[in-house]
Amino acid sequence: MSIQDLEKIFQDKIDNEIKIEPKDWMPEAYRKTNIRQISQHAHSEVVGMLPEGNWISRAPSLKRKAILIAKVQDEGGHGLYLYSSAETLGSTRDEMIADLHSGKAKYSSIFNYPSLTWADMGAIGWLVDGAAILNQVMLCRTSYGPYARAMVRICKEESFHQRQGFESLLVLSRGTEEQKAMCQDAINRWWWPSLMMFGPKDSESTNSDQSMKWKIKRKTNDELRQQFIDMIAEQIKVLGMTLPDADLKWNEEKKHYDFGEINWDEFWNVVKGNGPCNKQRLAARNKAHNEGAWVREAAVAYAEKKKHKQQKAA
Amino acid sequence: MNNALIDYILHLADTNLILAQRNAAWCGHGPILEQDIAITNISLDLLGQSRNFYQYAATLIGNDATEDSLAYLRTEREFKNCLLAEQPNGDWAQTVLRQFFFSAYLFLLYEKLQNNKDEQIAGIAAKALKEVTYHQRWSSEWVVRLGDGTEESHQRMLHAIDELWRYTGELFIAADYETAAGFDIALLKEDWMKKVTTVFEEAALPVPENVFMQTGGKTGIHTEHLGFILTELQNLQRTYPNAEW
Repeated sequence: MSIQDLEKIFQDKIDNEIKIEPKDWMPEAYRKTNIRQISQHAHSEVVGMLPEGNWISRAPSLKRKAILIAKVQDEGGHGLYLYSSAETLGSTRDEMIADLHSGKAKYSSIFNYPSLTWADMGAIGWLVDGAAILNQVMLCRTSYGPYARAMVRICKEESFHQRQGFESLLVLSRGTEEQKAMCQDAINRWWWPSLMMFGPKDSESTNSDQSMKWKIKRKTNDELRQQFIDMIAEQIKVLGMTLPDADLKWNEEKKHYDFGEINWDEFWNVVKGNGPCNKQRLAARNKAHNEGAWVREAAVAYAEKKKHKQQKAA
Repeated sequence: MNNALIDYILHLADTNLILAQRNAAWCGHGPILEQDIAITNISLDLLGQSRNFYQYAATLIGNDATEDSLAYLRTEREFKNCLLAEQPNGDWAQTVLRQFFFSAYLFLLYEKLQNNKDEQIAGIAAKALKEVTYHQRWSSEWVVRLGDGTEESHQRMLHAIDELWRYTGELFIAADYETAAGFDIALLKEDWMKKVTTVFEEAALPVPENVFMQTGGKTGIHTEHLGFILTELQNLQRTYPNAEW
């Protein structure tokens, strides 16, 4: 069969909403785009454990500590399913992790911001997980089967995290003056970086067109961002807090909120490695990996010994 | 009010909380993702056990005591956890060995306590026993894997034993309030030694002999580590008194 025929069969499947599975023929660029996207997503889950893990030891009540531990553990679990999904495309977890540690692979820039107070745990749950969910709900219908199925499971847990984050901020918003100030400050710091999570404007985004045609993505960056703003602008009223955007205003004609200009210089700066915590996040991942090398080697050596013993006994 | 019973429950709660706090520090920093999740999960189980004990103690104490007032507003000298729980994580060998020592101990303890005449204690122990059964399996497998893995992992296990063995004696020396357990805690030692010896043999590790045992945790005389653990753990409750979280 000619390449053109294979490509046609492939695109027909996508157009007819049939999932692409690991053994199906697929264009090399589709494979690469998926590996890049899924592994980035896996890395984001794993690096994302750091800013929240930072507060486990200091969580202000035993209940909050339990919720936070469970949440960060979930993120690790998401990392695992996603690495497994990416492996079905022919990349190995070792390769993907090496790319993360060398700085070649990216992860969501949001995790390059510091978690400075307890209220950040709520703001991350509400805003960061909230933004992630909109993207992830869309990805439950992405064209690559293993990725779509992983996302279904992840979405259930993420929406739970978002509600927990909001509830945690709600308690602060009804607390002491210091807690209210802590809550507002966290929202102020996490709002703009959350909007940046959807990526560059559609007019500037290089990967968008092809990804839409292949149904890897089904909504554009700007569509998802608008959906997020519309949702949060309503939810914040319940908290009695404000979003740090003087231009945020309901537009009756468009039936959407208008909002102010995102600082794209900051966005690109963080992507390029100059965010407040890029260096620390990568250093922490490298340290854990390097210091765990002897543990992984011992596990392999022991498994080998055990296999030999069993073979001898048999 | 039965002070021995309250102290005993607080001792169980404190030991589980401090060990949970130590293990949780691995979250996001484990040697491989699956094991990062496993140690975090164990931490969560131990935290759950500590909460059950604190909540029960709070009902016995009354006077607005809560699980949080007991965990966050008591001082170093009031904490009754075993010294072993507060020892630093060190490397993965030290962490899994500490966990193995505790899991083997808690397994035997909860087996007894699930038949305690106090129904609350019996209920908490029965539920915890299921979790501890898994912790014991997981940690003993790691002790064997590292003991009988590479030369380096074997050396690190020897170092871990050297660091931790001297805190294991305290587990079996009853404090006054441990009469509330309803049995002599010293009687668990024989079965514990059997378990440790079996696992160490499989791991090609020596069981130490004639080591001087450190004690004091059960009566509030701790190592210098505990103060730092509590400073971090209690920070927000101390900084913002009476706030709800």
